[in-house]
Amino acid sequence: MKKRYLGLAVLAALAMGAEAQNKGVIKIASQTPLSGGQSKLGVAISNGVRQAIDDEGKLITSLGYKLEYAPFDDQAKSEQGVANANRMINDNDILGVVGHLNSGVAIPSSEVYARVGLAMVSPANTNPLVTDRKSTVNVASRICGRDDVQGPAGADFIVQTLKAKKIYVINDKTAYGEGLAAAFDARAKALGATTTPIGIEASERDFASVLNRAAAEKPDVVYYAGIYDQGGPLLKQMRAKGLKQPFVGGDGLDGSDLQALGGPENMKNVYFTTTAVPLSSLPAAKSFAERYNKKFDVTAEGYAAYGYDSARVIIRAISSAARKGKPSREAVAAAVRQVKFQGITGPISFNNRGDLPVAKYVIVSAQADYNDNKVNKIVTVAAPTPDLK
Amino acid sequence: MSAELFFGLLPITVVDGLSIGLMYAMIALGYTMVYGVLEFINFAHSEIFMVGAVVGVELLVNLLVPTGLHPLFQLVIAIVVAAAVAGALAVAIERVAYRPLRVRNAPKLVPLISAIGMSLLLIDVMRLILNPANPNRPFPTAGSYDFFSQQLDLGFVAINFKTITVFVVVMLMLAGLVYLVNYTNLGRAIRAVAQDQSTSSLMGINVSNIIVLTFFIGGALGGVAGVLYALKYGVASPVMGFIPGLKAFTAAVLGGIGSIPGAVVGGLILGLLETLAGTYLPLMTQDQIGTEYKDIVAFGLLIAILIFKPAGLLGKAVAEKV
Repeated sequence: MKKRYLGLAVLAALAMGAEAQNKGVIKIASQTPLSGGQSKLGVAISNGVRQAIDDEGKLITSLGYKLEYAPFDDQAKSEQGVANANRMINDNDILGVVGHLNSGVAIPSSEVYARVGLAMVSPANTNPLVTDRKSTVNVASRICGRDDVQGPAGADFIVQTLKAKKIYVINDKTAYGEGLAAAFDARAKALGATTTPIGIEASERDFASVLNRAAAEKPDVVYYAGIYDQGGPLLKQMRAKGLKQPFVGGDGLDGSDLQALGGPENMKNVYFTTTAVPLSSLPAAKSFAERYNKKFDVTAEGYAAYGYDSARVIIRAISSAARKGKPSREAVAAAVRQVKFQGITGPISFNNRGDLPVAKYVIVSAQADYNDNKVNKIVTVAAPTPDLK
Repeated sequence: MSAELFFGLLPITVVDGLSIGLMYAMIALGYTMVYGVLEFINFAHSEIFMVGAVVGVELLVNLLVPTGLHPLFQLVIAIVVAAAVAGALAVAIERVAYRPLRVRNAPKLVPLISAIGMSLLLIDVMRLILNPANPNRPFPTAGSYDFFSQQLDLGFVAINFKTITVFVVVMLMLAGLVYLVNYTNLGRAIRAVAQDQSTSSLMGINVSNIIVLTFFIGGALGGVAGVLYALKYGVASPVMGFIPGLKAFTAAVLGGIGSIPGAVVGGLILGLLETLAGTYLPLMTQDQIGTEYKDIVAFGLLIAILIFKPAGLLGKAVAEKV
């Protein structure tokens, strides 16, 4: 009798053990441009997510789940981002998304995530509207700064440090570029500078019209709110026209392709503001940078470390929500806001709309080699909290 | 806006407009020549252009720059190789994607679809070859390539050496093409095939060979345009072909598709229109309507032109289609 009970008990224990190892699959997704002109940064973020899952995935697998990574390619296009988002919300195993690179893609895509309460943690989207919308306020969070701080920081730098009076303000007609340019423009005007607003479609590579006019009107500084895949060629053509003015941009210029496409020899008088603190100024990221370099055979640049920390936020949120069985997406999204830890990019926690309570803003002076980029100044600014829209 | 600014900008705007227009013209020739003999639009042509650009840039960066030759000489070698590769690619595409359809007498829309398929395939294959994580290939600039950054100052206008290079190369290519088509037996054969394939074959012309030749010439011109485009705009990438291709196709239609002079005229007009619009729209509207609306103005005018000349500017005037 006893033996039989013992046998049953063993069988039951085995069955439970097997069940514990088979609570189902949990997927963490990412959406960044993995192809097209901006893929270098998109792949860097995706690599960061991969690294985080390797480093900390055991927080989820030790609870008995199988953890998978689902990278999606939004091609830096809003329509592709929304199409992917619709696929994601139909895969019930996806419990969190790291994304995007472009605010103009993140904003419409997060509307889709919000329909099912799927949490998005953004490593790089600086447009205020990413976290300022009522419709997505429960799902969209970010671990970078905001353009309503970044734009004015750039204006302060240009007007006060570079002493510019006449500024060309070029934007790439995306949500990111237009938002950043508007925030910049308002502060620059308030500081007494005159600005000329100029829009150039993000796909345009012929800047003759704008540059010829700049050669005639001689602005003191050219400010560019857009991404390096256009900013690099713009800078190169500007210098080829003999225009030596300072060229200043936002975090969209933070990538080694700025040097590659703009020409290393053209990096004199090139500055950008960013919310991605360079790894050289992040002592906590040293071992990450080394492992990343070894694993992917490239330098971790731009927002790579932020992709890593974004994924760690989601891993922690899932692991805290998954203790009593596979959590709902809403539970994960709520858990994201409770996450609090020391990331490699700085302390991470969220206010009630998903912004970091304080974020760092950096003014970088670009050098011929991306890895030599010099940090001019790092400021820490509390997140503005305008009314939700 | 001051009159001084208005007229001060005019010369350089015209120069820049003509230089982009010449590049559109080079690409448009590929569309128009194929249309001339086969009456279908080879939508893979914009990707042949892209392949030419990438081949040229890769060749320069990896093989030619280390030789230390004069950059102009390097550029000539890159152009010749890119033209050969792009031409061969165009021929290969004809062989694989169009000829099997043609010999089975497929309707004209069918090769159009296989052309679009080819175009997508080429983009993705190139992305795979170039490594999706790093698709942008910059044109060399450092060292002796400062040569191209010089300006030629004519007093009323300063022209960049890149622009001059584009002008010279395109003019030489156009002169060669005009000579080939109008003054050689091969050219006569091409014109004959364009007029009537079955009669030409009765006259002893190998129609298939002429079609292959047409694809080669069109593709080679596209490849040259690719290298020049990379020179002028500083970068080659797998997705670079779409917009210039679309503009060049428009230029070909504007000039009268099937007409060689038409493609050149159409390219120049389109290039001029969009550059003028890009410069003067913001100036004339106090920056209320920005330079980003240049395509709307340019394409609006195109629609107007096509309403009055539906066959394109030179579409009817020239009896021969090539």
